[in-house]
Amino acid sequence: MTKSLFDKIWDSHCVDTNKNGTSLLYIDRHVVHEVTSAQAFEGLRAASRRPWRKGSILATPDHQVPTTQRNQGVAAISDRLARLQVKTLDENCDEHDILQFNLDDIRQGIVHVVGPEQGATLPGMTLVCGDSHTSTHGAFAALAQGIGTSEVEHVLATQCLVQKKPLSMRITVDGKLPSGSTAKDLILYIIGQVGMAGANGYVIEYAGAAIRRLSMEGRMTVCNMSIEMGARAGLVAFDKTTETYLNGRPFAPKAALQQQALEHWLTLHSDKSASFDKEYIFNSDDIAPHVTWGTSPEHVLPITGSVPNPSNLDDGQRNQYERALEYMGLSAGMPLIGIPIDRIFVGSCTNGRIEDIRAVAALLDGKTIASTIKEAIVVPGSGLVKAQAEQEGLHEIIISAGFEWRHPGCSMCNAMNPDRLEAGERCASTSNRNFEGRQGTGGRTHLVSPVMAAAAAVSGHLTDARTFDQED
Amino acid sequence: MEKFIRHSGRVIPMNRINVDTDAIMPKQYLKCISRYGYGDWVFDSWRYLDPGDVDTPISQRRINPEFELNKPIYSSASILLAQNNFGCGSSREHAVWGLRDYGIKVIIAPEFPDIFLNNCFANGLLPIKLEQQDVNRLFDLAESDLGLSVTIDLNSQDLEFENERIKFKIDENSRQGLIKGYDSIEATLQQSEKIRTFERRYFNQYSWLEVDLK
Repeated sequence: MTKSLFDKIWDSHCVDTNKNGTSLLYIDRHVVHEVTSAQAFEGLRAASRRPWRKGSILATPDHQVPTTQRNQGVAAISDRLARLQVKTLDENCDEHDILQFNLDDIRQGIVHVVGPEQGATLPGMTLVCGDSHTSTHGAFAALAQGIGTSEVEHVLATQCLVQKKPLSMRITVDGKLPSGSTAKDLILYIIGQVGMAGANGYVIEYAGAAIRRLSMEGRMTVCNMSIEMGARAGLVAFDKTTETYLNGRPFAPKAALQQQALEHWLTLHSDKSASFDKEYIFNSDDIAPHVTWGTSPEHVLPITGSVPNPSNLDDGQRNQYERALEYMGLSAGMPLIGIPIDRIFVGSCTNGRIEDIRAVAALLDGKTIASTIKEAIVVPGSGLVKAQAEQEGLHEIIISAGFEWRHPGCSMCNAMNPDRLEAGERCASTSNRNFEGRQGTGGRTHLVSPVMAAAAAVSGHLTDARTFDQED
Repeated sequence: MEKFIRHSGRVIPMNRINVDTDAIMPKQYLKCISRYGYGDWVFDSWRYLDPGDVDTPISQRRINPEFELNKPIYSSASILLAQNNFGCGSSREHAVWGLRDYGIKVIIAPEFPDIFLNNCFANGLLPIKLEQQDVNRLFDLAESDLGLSVTIDLNSQDLEFENERIKFKIDENSRQGLIKGYDSIEATLQQSEKIRTFERRYFNQYSWLEVDLK
């Protein structure tokens, strides 16, 4: 029987399927952070339960952590409740003897950066985390799903998820991304085509030459934003790129186990004639750098475009577009190039990896940010990403251009810590969501790639990173 | 969990598509470590005209009279009528805790994202998917001067209003969970032996995955 990659992973983890078609799915890896776990551990305690397999869990605080200083540990968190939440994670991990990279650990960082970096995310695994961007880990041919706190408690207690098998979708991207366009531009383009609800109920496999050409970092960026289309997960088949990335990672199998694992990993692709419930085929040859103009990731256009005119749309969409334009303080027909920017955020589980920081430093080398930029920050995805960048001297380029070089965390992607926009401020951000208030109440977000964020910092406005040099 | 069998209530229409969980429960309330007490903060930045945080007394907040929840006609409503993709974005269960604590029992929409759907079922809220045309008809009635009351029967999977009846369909496993109000962890733990048998076979085949991280 021919199987898709998704079928293979699903079938190998299915403990049982009941008469209603609902399965018990075995979970290999559980990644935990402070915001969605406290209530789950409390639930365990109230029912006198223990984690089923504590050795499957990796924890690190990321959402609430300060990025300005790190030498006082938890005490440096100014907000009383945020501090209590991070302390609660410490206590829960101590109580159950769970591996945690706490604030003092160089391995601390954003869960979706840390897992792959440590080799704790492996091909063929099922992985969950109480965070919607868990889809990131799918870049490793792992079925990685975001879940709510009740399901976090369920997986802690039983090592299983109760789930009906989702539908399957394949998105094939042929061709080659043009120079200056990145994995971020590719996924923003795809979201614009598929729509924000277009993959509800589906697991997406990304395939095709353009995906194969991406680095692991790029594939993680693509899989990360699968949830922005509503997908249960995003997947990329195992190949040499995956193998090379994993080689030597702390928790990746070594020696004889590595050979055994590799034999299995080489089967982690869709069979030639595998069928999918839905298919999309795109060509990447002409995908320009993209930028969002509105308050949903599907409100996205090539940077060379103009703010859309809602009056051409039907009622439902017109209301939504008008509301988005009002919130964003933009008017129909304005060119995207030239929209002035107040703040720059480089980081997040979408674009906080070493490749992203290299791209920013390459563009900034010898340049300085515009005087009108109030604040520009680079927040590495983990302590190890930060250390790597410093070893390469990237932080010096970034700092001398006028950026702040911060400590790792989710930071201004979701603005739970003090890094946030003030009402009305406009940000070019490498993060994943441009919802109303996402980066701070009243804040206005334009999602872009790292190189586009750096170009906006230098120009002081949204600009085309491919040509802005000629502008100066 | 409380059982859900039948519920009658007033409908609040919220005619916006893609309402995300950041809008339902903003970030500043996600630092709480309790499962309860989120009702005053649901739709916070639409519901109030001034910014708020956990420590801001609700009595001092300025109410936005234009927002659906604040209109007197919907003041005691327990059924939220929403548009496509209600609950998209972040996995935060706090969004569902907020809706539940506010008093919402049922949410009706053309489509829900998966994580939000699971979070509803886990907390005794019933999310009902209806065809867009049925949703639009309910909006017309709920937005009229008289408003709309409906009765939902989860046994027969009927939604009844003004001598009309619309059939809906809930995933059978989730439906049983709501009707019986059972603890889903307990239900899975009753299959512990199956899980252990699976693990033995599984780790025999994929031995590199048996490694404990700590």
